[in-house]
Amino acid sequence: MNSSTSVTQSGVQPGALTPTDELWSEQLHPGEHWSGVLRRGTSLRLTALEPRANVAALMYNYESLAERYNMADTLKAQHTAYLTAGCVCYSDMGRVLCSITADSCGWHDTICGLSDAALVQEKFGAGGFQQRRNKFYRNGRDSMLNELGKYGLGKRDLIANINFFSRVAADDAGTLHFDEQHCRSGDYVELRFEMHTLLLLATCPHPLDPDTHYRPRPVMLRARVTGPAPRQDACRLRCEENTRGFRNTEMMFPP
Amino acid sequence: MSRHDQGAHDQAAHDEVVAAGEPWIGTVAAGQLLRIVDLEGNQAVDTLFYNAHDSAERYSAVDTIRAQGNIYLTTGSALRSNLGATMLSIVEDTCGRHDTLGGACSAESNTVRYAFDKRYMHSCRDNFLLALARHDRGLGKRDLPSNINFFMNVPVTPEGGLTFADGISAAGRYVQLRAHMDVLVLISNCPQLNNPCNAYNPTPIQIQICSTRS
Repeated sequence: MNSSTSVTQSGVQPGALTPTDELWSEQLHPGEHWSGVLRRGTSLRLTALEPRANVAALMYNYESLAERYNMADTLKAQHTAYLTAGCVCYSDMGRVLCSITADSCGWHDTICGLSDAALVQEKFGAGGFQQRRNKFYRNGRDSMLNELGKYGLGKRDLIANINFFSRVAADDAGTLHFDEQHCRSGDYVELRFEMHTLLLLATCPHPLDPDTHYRPRPVMLRARVTGPAPRQDACRLRCEENTRGFRNTEMMFPP
Repeated sequence: MSRHDQGAHDQAAHDEVVAAGEPWIGTVAAGQLLRIVDLEGNQAVDTLFYNAHDSAERYSAVDTIRAQGNIYLTTGSALRSNLGATMLSIVEDTCGRHDTLGGACSAESNTVRYAFDKRYMHSCRDNFLLALARHDRGLGKRDLPSNINFFMNVPVTPEGGLTFADGISAAGRYVQLRAHMDVLVLISNCPQLNNPCNAYNPTPIQIQICSTRS
């Protein structure tokens, strides 16, 4: 499926990118899945173009695909159950795949996984290509399997993902609650890649979104050159763990 | 111990003590019961499951959490695969709560979490990798998704805080699972010495596999 590719708009909004730095931008259709390589020193801004967007994400070291995002290492190193600005996303080798350098919504889920065909059928009913053409009901797992297959990856590589723009909190008994008001139109999150990273995205609704209608949302992607984390950096200095994680990462990338 | 439990003991097809810090790999057939006993208390038992006939299907922490709408595992929890199937269910639990967010320790994550000079220390992911290599079925690091930590306590607050807390288990507590498919079980009896997941003192566990009568 094609994305509409555009040059940078001149109507700059607060926190928007400097046009001269921009590498590319693409708008993802509601429900679209996507993959690409973000090199070290590239930043990618994801912007929700409508409220209640969800962007599932998987990340792999593009130079060694067996190294991949590790939800547990990311959470326990930073003593958090969710992601926001200042956090980094760890690989399973103690290195930083990317840093979250800006975030307008304050919470991104990484513990609830993906929707699948059975869940989508149960929640929304039949919605195949025959009835809906390219607005057919997509699900997170099949979307990711589609993108994984393009790199020789597959079911073995379905790992715990991030769900950008979604907030799901656990109460004292551990029961999860989806925040329907969390993501507003225009909310953004910016990822600064510290390693050459294969990024997979899927814009299906969050699996715990109680909406009974299939309503995926459009999302804008904008990539620019920012350079990797400087010496004085909020993500690097967030905690001693992150300082060590950056050291592990930079061993691979001599200045 | 109830009469039912004693009956299950009598039929144990496999009964083994796994020493502190060691890996274990074995199979449990559909319908069989797997019991893991925390012999001395507060031991973390890092565990993964694979479909014994198609190892690309394996335990998925996030599918399990999503399907039950709750982050903790206990009696009644269905352990889901990456393809959404119920692989096993927890049928008895005298501990009360088990973790599936904390993952397994590794040499690399130890450098991040504690210090660079902790790299040499024994770890669960080294246990997993060596057990899979010896198993010789082509499984490796790609096959190490987020695992279960039986008997480990990782509370999450409503504000999103996450900590490794002192254990809530005790000597003799156990968890019993019923297999819904033939599963390969991969365990690392956690050797971690840097956090309270095992009270800084790794201890042995007991693994029992028995057939069910119902």
